[in-house]
Amino acid sequence: MKTTDTASTGLDKTPGSPGGADTVPVKTAAPLARKESKREGGVLNVFSHGVLIIWAIMVVMPLLWAVMTSFKTDRSIFTAPWSLPDKLHFENWSRAWTDAHMSDYFLNTILVVGGSLVGTLLFGSMAAYVLARFEFPGNRFIYFLFIGGMSFPIILALVPLFYVMQNMALLNSLHGLIVVYIAYSLPFTVFFLTAFFRTLPSSVAEAACIDGASHTRTFFQVMLPMARPGLISVGIFNFLGQWNQYLLPTVLNTEQEQKVLSQGLVQLAVSQGYKGDWSGLFAGLVMAMLPVLAAYIIFQRQVVAGLTAGAVK
Amino acid sequence: MQHGKNRFIVGFLAAPLALYALFVIWPFIQSIYYSFTDWTGLSPEFGMVGFDNYSRMLDDEIFWKSLQHSLTLAVVLPLVTVGLALFFAFMLNVGGRRRRGAAIAGVRGSSFYKIVYFFPQVLSIVIVALLFQFAYNPNSGAINSALKVVGLGSIQPDWLGDPDLALICVMAVLVWSTVGFFVVLFSAGMASIPRDFYEAALLDGANRFTTFFKITLPLLWDTVQSGWIYMGILALGAESFAVVQIMTVGPNGGGPDYSTIVMPLYVYQKAFRDGQAAYATTIGVALLLVTLAFAALVMKVGRRERLEF
Repeated sequence: MKTTDTASTGLDKTPGSPGGADTVPVKTAAPLARKESKREGGVLNVFSHGVLIIWAIMVVMPLLWAVMTSFKTDRSIFTAPWSLPDKLHFENWSRAWTDAHMSDYFLNTILVVGGSLVGTLLFGSMAAYVLARFEFPGNRFIYFLFIGGMSFPIILALVPLFYVMQNMALLNSLHGLIVVYIAYSLPFTVFFLTAFFRTLPSSVAEAACIDGASHTRTFFQVMLPMARPGLISVGIFNFLGQWNQYLLPTVLNTEQEQKVLSQGLVQLAVSQGYKGDWSGLFAGLVMAMLPVLAAYIIFQRQVVAGLTAGAVK
Repeated sequence: MQHGKNRFIVGFLAAPLALYALFVIWPFIQSIYYSFTDWTGLSPEFGMVGFDNYSRMLDDEIFWKSLQHSLTLAVVLPLVTVGLALFFAFMLNVGGRRRRGAAIAGVRGSSFYKIVYFFPQVLSIVIVALLFQFAYNPNSGAINSALKVVGLGSIQPDWLGDPDLALICVMAVLVWSTVGFFVVLFSAGMASIPRDFYEAALLDGANRFTTFFKITLPLLWDTVQSGWIYMGILALGAESFAVVQIMTVGPNGGGPDYSTIVMPLYVYQKAFRDGQAAYATTIGVALLLVTLAFAALVMKVGRRERLEF
């Protein structure tokens, strides 16, 4: 066996040979198989690193390219797309921030997402708490009514919704956008938090009740603090979804002053196309990318846990 | 415990339920009703027309195009995305050089890979779409310039402007932005599979290829299936709308000669560009049926005995 194996590397110790690093307690044909799979392990390791690095480059490249381009002049964007900027043209950034109204879009987005996030978590946890912990006629029906909303395409409801909003004078306003964001975030939020409230022990709530706390007080002072991990998960999920929302504002919010970030970027792309200010557009894109990138790097673990716990349940 | 219980339940449910009913449920019901009318969306008057919109839809060439593209997306995207993600996740978790005493090992730096891969998922789809629109630019975009640099200057496709390529370009962007999410998801699933299973299989002489199909995939099946449905719904819904509307040319997107039109975008165009609200809701109902049918089909095809471990 050993003589036929001269080509193998030092790492590939013959199994079962005296002094072999890992002696395998297997008889007959097994050593051969084990050795085969072991050598394959080495090759596979190189192969898997190669493949993984290629994909990592494919992910990072477009983003680095965008950052690089945001510091270049319009001329060099077109003549030499892959070259480094001759110097860092920070004026692209200031132009995008003020002239292209990126500052306004940021402010609008922060207001809308802030308002709807608070509303979503409050209303979502209230409904979920009642549905999870109280028996009453219609409980199941309301629960399924809520979670059914997860599988409906939003676009279908948008046409009538536009006119509902119009009749209520909520069109083209930030508070109108807030209530709609809340309403469309409720299905998933209720679904997730109902499951979460079911897992919390009931003894604490009962103790609070015996001490004379009302249901409302029990909820706000006992149950809600206990549900914090669940609220954080579902909060991250909703934050990203609402921050990146495009379809709802595109239809319901067409007033220039009220535009949110995603709309603003698209508009920037269209209008800068005419003006030819591509570097300004790239500055805007990178600017919009940075807060999410920063949040992701800082809260990486929570973001991943929040999103993956969220999506597939 | 009983004191004030009913008042509490009503009080807590009232606001969320009212919001949800008014802005979600009611529009959905209305849209099905409107699909049987000739409402333009511009005036409050309209009349019932029965199934006219539906028969018109069946004769509408662009509707069939949008349906075909949406179905392509719903089949191809999950296939490619979930497939690639399973491949990468397996590499991350099992592809490493084996250390002593361990039957399987993840590659070095697997957590770093996961952080990088996941990033496009948190990025707004609008940013992603705009970024790739420039990368695909035929004259000075990053992709064609890169082709020139490596000496393939003769190959300069018109990417998004080419009716045969445009839909593929759109799909590539959606795959790019979602693979990382599934890699992380499947990695978590793979990490929870007991190591003894792999040890036993390797002792029996199984190679990694076999272990993947005989151990990893069956034990991960539930996650894969829900990932499949999730991706399919994404492909049929808002994500594809945003990517197609922003990236492809035409007055409101939809590609050259409607080569990338998808159902949600067609609904949008009919309702908000052409002033045909009733007809738009009809296409929306078709989209709803396709989505539900897709989910039901995946559940049925994917059903198999649940494995406990």
